[in-house]
Amino acid sequence: MKTRTFWRHIKESFKSIKRNGWMTVAAVSAVAVTLLLVGSFIAILMNVNKLATDVEEDVSVRVYIDLAAEEEDQEALQQNLEELDEVEQVVFSSRDDELSQVIGSYGDEFGLFDGDDNPLYDVFIVNTAAPEVTSDVADQVEDMNYVADVNYGGATADRLFEVMATVRNVGAVIIVALIFTAVFLIANTIRITIFSRRTEIEIMKLVGATNWFIRWPFLIEGALIGFIGALIPVSIISYIYLSGFDTIMTYLSGTYFALLAPNPFLVQLVALLLTIGVVIGSVGSSLSIRKFLKV
Amino acid sequence: MIEMTNVYKKYPNGITAINGLDVRIDQGEFVYVVGPSGAGKSTFIKMIYREEVPTKGNVKVGEFDLVKLKAKKVPFLRRHVGVVYQDFKLLPRLTVYENVAYAMQVVGKNPKQIQKRVLEVLDLVGLKHKVRMFPNELSGGEQQRVAIARAITNMPRVLIADEPTGNLDPETAWGIMDLLEEINNQGTTIIMATHNSDIVNRVRHRVLAVENGRIARDQEEGVYGYEN
Repeated sequence: MKTRTFWRHIKESFKSIKRNGWMTVAAVSAVAVTLLLVGSFIAILMNVNKLATDVEEDVSVRVYIDLAAEEEDQEALQQNLEELDEVEQVVFSSRDDELSQVIGSYGDEFGLFDGDDNPLYDVFIVNTAAPEVTSDVADQVEDMNYVADVNYGGATADRLFEVMATVRNVGAVIIVALIFTAVFLIANTIRITIFSRRTEIEIMKLVGATNWFIRWPFLIEGALIGFIGALIPVSIISYIYLSGFDTIMTYLSGTYFALLAPNPFLVQLVALLLTIGVVIGSVGSSLSIRKFLKV
Repeated sequence: MIEMTNVYKKYPNGITAINGLDVRIDQGEFVYVVGPSGAGKSTFIKMIYREEVPTKGNVKVGEFDLVKLKAKKVPFLRRHVGVVYQDFKLLPRLTVYENVAYAMQVVGKNPKQIQKRVLEVLDLVGLKHKVRMFPNELSGGEQQRVAIARAITNMPRVLIADEPTGNLDPETAWGIMDLLEEINNQGTTIIMATHNSDIVNRVRHRVLAVENGRIARDQEEGVYGYEN
């Protein structure tokens, strides 16, 4: 393509966007509304997923060490625990540490148990590599020597994992379905705007324009409509996410939970929405004019 | 030069529009194509700029063999064959100037050449003062003049006019006719399908009468020969 022709196509597509007036407005709004829906859902579902992961990772196996255990027995137990494949980390928490935690949570009345009156056990806090293997690990640990008791939340934790798995799967399905809907809606809107211009395309062919000479301005116009249409939801979502992120994070401070940080999450979401807009806009329009080019 | 030998055209719906047609038109001729409706006039005309392809036979326009011509090459044929339609077929969203310029942009001419030539042809058709108007702001005769300007801007060797005066009042029709005569005088072959007996009988040229998909009469300085 000659450079001159290239600039002509760019100029032509901008002119066409302007002269098509309401058709452009309609196409841009369709893209904007659809992508706003897709973008918001992705933002919400990804964060729900993140919180779910945070909750799961908060689940750990507490191994109570038998009071009869000598120091070397305790070390042997720790080694056994660390040798398990699924175990990621083993942290020792002495009975004094445990007590001060209880006092911290429930109040000074428990101060009575200070010193030798402390009824608590020394504890290994075991974090597993994946939340799903927690109960397996707990079962294995139960049979080890000098283990007084094992606690991981039992049925409650298992139930939690099940719920989280469902939330994740449903979320993934919704996101995929929404993206499909977006692709279909945007492509369809562009098809309608181009359908109203089929005689134009026919005339261009009769005057001796090659297919690509006709196609380029339409393709660029589609990409521009997709891009402009995506800018609107991108700015709305960015604004809400950034202000929402700060507010919610102040509530969550001091907990294990956190939302996805705007960088990289919001940046990726913005890139995704702009890409969907531009790609569907351009591909949609060049596919739509295909059948009118056969003159 | 246009040459058709033993041409047949059968449409998918079973209608045979052209049924063994032979004709030869030399460079610089002015030819009327007449005949009853449905006799194959339009199909005949459309085969010259390859809107229709014959089912059998040969069609040659200049160095182009239209039967063998690949779809990708069709645009290049159309740059040598200007076409004027009964319904003008102007691009509604482009101004008069842009409509004519479009045909030259397609060929890849530079903007300076385009500007010079477009104003030249618009001057020839008498519409230089309306370059910025849109087609819907013009009368039928004016729109047809723009269409003619567009058809001749790339200096085609052949200009095809499919009922160019069909939608125009008699006076405007004569204006268009004068214009076509002038273009013909510059050496362009003109092939004009028409129902206008007045024009055919008063401005004498070769007449091709198409009936039942064949050339029924080929007459130099001929008359219209049908009752309207």
